[in-house]
Amino acid sequence: MKTGTEIMGKIRNRHKRRDAFQLLFLILVFFLMALLGTIFSTIPVNNPGLASAVASLQTESGVESPVTAVLLNFRGYDTLLEVMVLLLAVIGVWSLIKAPAPDPETEISPVQMGVVRLLAPVMCLVAAYLVWQGSHLAGGAFQGGAILGAAGVLLLVSELPWLRTVPASVLRFGLVLGPLCFIGTALGCLFLGGELLAYPEGTAGWLILFIETACALSIGLTLALLFAGGRPHENVSRGDIP
Amino acid sequence: MFQADTPAWIIAPVVLPLIAGLFCFLFKRRIFIIALAAALANFFVACFLIYQFLVFGSMRCYIGGWQPPLGITLRADGPALLMLLMTAVTGLAVTLYARGYFSCRIADSERAGRHQRQQRYFWPLWMLLLAGLNGLFLSGDIFNLYVTLELVAISAASLAALSGKPASQRASFRYLLISLLGSLTYLLGVVFLYRTCGVLDLDLLRNLSGNGAGVRAALALLTVGLLLKTALVPLHFWLPPAHANALAPVSVILSALVVKGSFYLLFRFWFELFSPIVTQAGLNFMGALGAVAIIWGAVQAIRQQRLKLMVAYSTVSQLGYLFVAFPLSRAVEGAQVWSIVIFIALTHACAKSAMFMVAGSIYLHLGHDRIRDLAGVRASLPVTVFAYGIAGVSLMGLPPSGAFIAKWMLLSSSLVSGQWWWALVIVAGSLLAMVYVFRVMSRFFVIPEGEPLKKPAALSPLLEWPALILALISLSLGLLAPWILHILSQGTVGLVRVFPGGLS
Amino acid sequence: MITTTLYSLTGLILFGMGFHTLIIHSHPLRKILAVNVMGTGVFLILVATAYVPLGQGDIDPVPHAMVLTGIVVSVSVTALALILACRVQETSNLALLKRRNQRKETKETRA
Repeated sequence: MKTGTEIMGKIRNRHKRRDAFQLLFLILVFFLMALLGTIFSTIPVNNPGLASAVASLQTESGVESPVTAVLLNFRGYDTLLEVMVLLLAVIGVWSLIKAPAPDPETEISPVQMGVVRLLAPVMCLVAAYLVWQGSHLAGGAFQGGAILGAAGVLLLVSELPWLRTVPASVLRFGLVLGPLCFIGTALGCLFLGGELLAYPEGTAGWLILFIETACALSIGLTLALLFAGGRPHENVSRGDIP
Repeated sequence: MFQADTPAWIIAPVVLPLIAGLFCFLFKRRIFIIALAAALANFFVACFLIYQFLVFGSMRCYIGGWQPPLGITLRADGPALLMLLMTAVTGLAVTLYARGYFSCRIADSERAGRHQRQQRYFWPLWMLLLAGLNGLFLSGDIFNLYVTLELVAISAASLAALSGKPASQRASFRYLLISLLGSLTYLLGVVFLYRTCGVLDLDLLRNLSGNGAGVRAALALLTVGLLLKTALVPLHFWLPPAHANALAPVSVILSALVVKGSFYLLFRFWFELFSPIVTQAGLNFMGALGAVAIIWGAVQAIRQQRLKLMVAYSTVSQLGYLFVAFPLSRAVEGAQVWSIVIFIALTHACAKSAMFMVAGSIYLHLGHDRIRDLAGVRASLPVTVFAYGIAGVSLMGLPPSGAFIAKWMLLSSSLVSGQWWWALVIVAGSLLAMVYVFRVMSRFFVIPEGEPLKKPAALSPLLEWPALILALISLSLGLLAPWILHILSQGTVGLVRVFPGGLS
Repeated sequence: MITTTLYSLTGLILFGMGFHTLIIHSHPLRKILAVNVMGTGVFLILVATAYVPLGQGDIDPVPHAMVLTGIVVSVSVTALALILACRVQETSNLALLKRRNQRKETKETRA
C-alpha cells in the first residue's frame, strides 16, 4: 500500500527529473544552433548563385518574371512533383476521415452572407489577375490558387447548401485537372520536341499560362477541401470496386 | 518520336506511376487493372533501362533541355538502376499480393465497406509512393531529392494510417512528424550547401564542395535528416509500431522499399558527393551504430510475442548490416562497397517483403499473429510456411542467398584489414537471426495434441505465391551475383574486384 | 550583408525553437506548430540566401522558387498532420488533447 503523499512525492520527483532534462536539452539545442550560426555566417560568399544563369536565359523562358521562369520552365519538374504532393495530402486526408456533417442549428448572419456574396467574386477576379500577372511580376499559380482556396473557405464557413450537393466525382476531377494538364503538357513536349517539359519554341509563354491556370484551379480546390477536412459525404466506398 | 537510345526513357519510371496514381484516384472502377498495368510497365521499363545501360553506359536526361546548373538532371547508373529494378520487382509482387489481400478481406468480413474504402485509397497512394521512390533513385539534383523525399514521406504516412486502428494512427502520426523533422533537417543541409557552392546539381556539387566548414555542417545535417528516415539505432523508435500496425501490403512497402530510399541517398552522399571530406572516425561511428542496431534489433526480435512485430524488429537489425559496410569501405577497393550494400539491400527487400506477406496471410487465416499460438500452421498453409522458411534462410545469410555474398565480403574485408570486431558482430547477428527465425519456424511445425491435422486452407493464390516467388528470388540472388556485379562494374571500369578471398 | 546574416540567424533561432518544442512537448498540436516554426526558419534562411551582394545586385530567383515549393509542401503536410491528430484523439482512449485537464480534475477530486 502506498499512501497518497508517497505517490505525490514520486510525481514531484519525476517532474524534477524532467525539468533537469529539459534544461540540459535546451542548453544542447542552444549550443547546436550557436555552432550552426557561426558556421553559416562565416561561409565565404564568393559564388554568384544561379542568378546570372537565370538572367542569361530569361528571354528563352517565355516569361518575364524570373521566379516563374524557374518554377515552370527551368525547374518545372520540381513544380510537377510539388503539385502531386498537394494532391497526395488530399488523398491522405480523404482516406482517413469523412468530412464533418454541417450543423443544421448554426444560423449564418445576413451580414456574413452579404460579405461573402460581395467578396467571393472579387476574390476569383483577384486570383485570375494573379495568375495572369505571374508571367511578368510576382504572382502565379500558387498565389492565385491560395486566393481561390480562401474564397472556398469563405463559402464553406458560411454553410451554403449547394456546396454539399457537389458530387464527389466532380471534386475528384477538379483535383486531378491541374496535375493532369501539367503532365499532359510535359508529355506533349516530350513527343514533339524530344525532352520532357521542353516547350517548343515560341509557345512557352502560352503553355506556362495554360498550366498555371489549370493548376491554380486545382490548388484552390485542394486548399478548400483540406479545410473541409475529409472525404465528401456521398459514399465513395459503395460499390465502386468491381 | 524517341529511339531506343534516347535518354528520355529515364523519366518513364517516374511519369508512368504518377499518371496511374492520378487515374486510380479519378476513376472508381477497374482501379486494380490500372495499378497492375503501371506496375508491369514499370518493371519492363526498369529491365529495358538496364539493357540500355549495358549497351550505352550510364545515361543522363536533362529535363526541359536545360543543362545544369540551371536545370534538373535525371541520371541512371548501375546502383540507381539496380535499386529501380528492386523496387519494380517488389512492387509488382506487392501489387498482386494487395489484390489478393483486399479481396480476401472484403469477402470475409462483415465490414466490407470499410475494406473497400481502404482498397480504394490504397491504390493511388501506392502508385504515387512508387513514383516518388523511382524519382528519388534517379534524381541528380539535391533540392529535387527533397521534393521526392516529401512525396515518399507523405504517401508512406498516409498508407501507414490506412488500417484505421488507433495504434496504427498513433504510430503514423509519429512517423509523419519524424519524417518531417528529417526532411527539414535535410532542407537546412541543402541551404548550407547552396550557400557554400551556389549550385544544386550533384555532379557540380562534387566538384565545387571542397573542404570548408559549411560543407561539413551540411553533411552533418543531411546525414542526421536521412538517418531519422532510415531508422538507424538510436533513431529507430518509430519504425516497429508503424510497420507492425499497418495493413500487410503496406508493411511490405514500408519495410522493403521506403527505408531503402533514404539509405540509398545517405550512401550516395557519403561515398560519392562528400567522399573527400568523410573521415575514418565518421565511418567508424556509423559502423558502431550499425553494430548496435544489428544486436539490439535481433535481441528485440527474439523477445517479441507477435509475428509482425518480430519481423519489424528484424528490419531494424538488418538495416544495421548496411551501416557496418561503412567502416570497411576503406579496406575494399572502389566500387566493391557498392556491391556489398546493393546485395544486402536487394536480399533484404525480397526476403523481408516475403516475410511480411507471410505474416499477413497468417493473420488473415488465423485472425491473430501471436507466435505462441501459431502451432500447426504448416499443415494448413504449406506454401506460405515454405516461403517463410526460404526468406528466413536468406535473412540469416546462408548460401546461396545474396546476403551470404555480402556477409562474406564484409567478413573477409574486416579480417584482411585487421578489424576483426566487425566480423564478430556480423557472425553474432547471423546467429541471433537464426534464433528468431527458427523460434517461429518451430511453432509452425508443432502439431497440437488431441487435434486432427488441419486440411490445407483455401487462400487465394495471390496471397501465397508472390511471397514464395520473392523468397526464391532472394535466395537465388547469390547465383545471379556475376550478373549484378557486371551491372555495377559497368561505367566504372576496373573498380570492382570480386571476392578478395577467392571463391570466384 | 549584415541584413542577410541577421535574417539567417533569426531563421536558425526559429529552427532551434521549433526543434526544442517538438522534442519537449507532448501535445500533438504543439508538435505540429513546432514543425511549422522550424519550416519557417529554414525558409527565412533560404530567402536571405537569395540576396546576392556580388554583381549588379540581382536577386537570385532559385531560392525563391525553392521557398515556394517548400511552403506548398509544408501546407499539405500540416493539413495531413492535423487531420491525423484529430483522428488519434477521436479513436484512441488516450485523448491526448484532454489529458492535462483530466489530470487536473483527478487532483481536485483527490484533494
